[in-house]
Amino acid sequence: MKTCLVVDDSSVIRKVARRILEGLEFEIVEAEDGEQALDACRRHLPDAILLDWNMPKMDGYEFLRLLRKLPGGDGPKVVFCTTENDVAHIARALHAGANEYIMKPFDKEIVEAKFQEVGLI
Amino acid sequence: MTPQDFDYLRKMLRERSGQVLSAEKQYLAESRLLPVARKHGLAGLAELVDKLKATTAAAPLTVAVIEAMTTNESFFFRDKMPFDHFRAVIMPALLAARAREKRIRIWCTACATGQEPYSLAMSLKAIGPALAGWRVEILATDLSNEVLDKAKAGIYSQFEVQRGLPIQSLVKFFTKVDEAWQIAEEIRAMVKFRPLNLLNDFSPLGTFDLVFCRNVLIYFGQDTKIGVLNRLARQMPSDGFLILGAAETVVGLTNAFKPMTDQRGIYVPNVAAAKPAPASNVLKFAAKA
Ligand SMILES: C[S@@+](CC[C@H](N)C(=O)[O-])C[C@H]1O[C@@H](n2cnc3c(N)ncnc32)[C@H](O)[C@@H]1O
Repeated sequence: MKTCLVVDDSSVIRKVARRILEGLEFEIVEAEDGEQALDACRRHLPDAILLDWNMPKMDGYEFLRLLRKLPGGDGPKVVFCTTENDVAHIARALHAGANEYIMKPFDKEIVEAKFQEVGLI
Repeated sequence: MTPQDFDYLRKMLRERSGQVLSAEKQYLAESRLLPVARKHGLAGLAELVDKLKATTAAAPLTVAVIEAMTTNESFFFRDKMPFDHFRAVIMPALLAARAREKRIRIWCTACATGQEPYSLAMSLKAIGPALAGWRVEILATDLSNEVLDKAKAGIYSQFEVQRGLPIQSLVKFFTKVDEAWQIAEEIRAMVKFRPLNLLNDFSPLGTFDLVFCRNVLIYFGQDTKIGVLNRLARQMPSDGFLILGAAETVVGLTNAFKPMTDQRGIYVPNVAAAKPAPASNVLKFAAKA
């Protein structure tokens, strides 16, 4: 079973994401911000990361930059999942090493399409 | 709706758009046609059917009913595989086969809101310099004028651009317009949109090296499917390609095409079996439409 780390400060979003991703046969680990996510990745690198942008402590963009510097940190497929929906944000995310990008609000179809796009399913 | 009214509608749809509405789809007809009735100032479905009986085939009400009963859902790069085939199999073959005339004609026969022809246009852009000096035409047609208007504008909701379209392509080919996304003028300029009913004679359009006829035959009855496929075969050179929807096939319908060896989902004209298609009811209905 593939693992997906869901990083979002909203417990509601984490719950929605968990339900969708479990339906796609992923095992889920949750984190509330970039720092927690980075800790989780140091312990175990997941196959996929669903990543919010704006979070307290460490935001998604900063987390992604640090993740990609970890040993093996270029492995996980990172899919941003954020309300930031302008070209500038998307371009920054891609530049920092994101593989795909979801603009909230999202649903199962979108998550499935994006995860397929990067070869996770 | 009375059974008689529903039968009248089903017969009209079958004759005018080829769509076969099964008996248990009455709820669908009701939910889609009530708004049409209201828009035309009619009290309900009984009045709508009465009015239909008294109007001509070209009347705005008839057109509105036919269009309302079509299913127009589409996505960018739908099912992915046809577009992988386009890049990896079809375009290389056509670039080699048409090296002298440097001209390729592509037809999307039921393009709905345009995602299919635009996906092809974006794929062509990715081919880049190998196409310098070539004329590649993409004709996109549909029965419904409403979807064609949307296709021409090339404006899609945030939801629509997130199903099937890679994020790199969104950034590269779209600009944000309020909360929606518009596809670039350079891509829009590559596609010509025209209204066309597949039941009608389409031989004046000429021949096409590649035909996308996806997710439209599924709505037709057997005779209509056969008629359309046979007439498509006549618009294609022997080295052309036909792509159908994931749930569609030519097998068991016609010998005019055969599945391409080793390439699931691609069909090619069956030169050995080439024979004139039988005159079918389809053409008779088409003449009236
Ligand atoms: C589900 S969409 C398919 C869109 C696209 N080809 C795809 O696969 O995503 C079906 C389209 O067929 C069109 N259609 C239905 N009957 C037709 C006919 N007789 N001639 C031309 N188009 C027709 C409808 O208007 C609708 O837009």
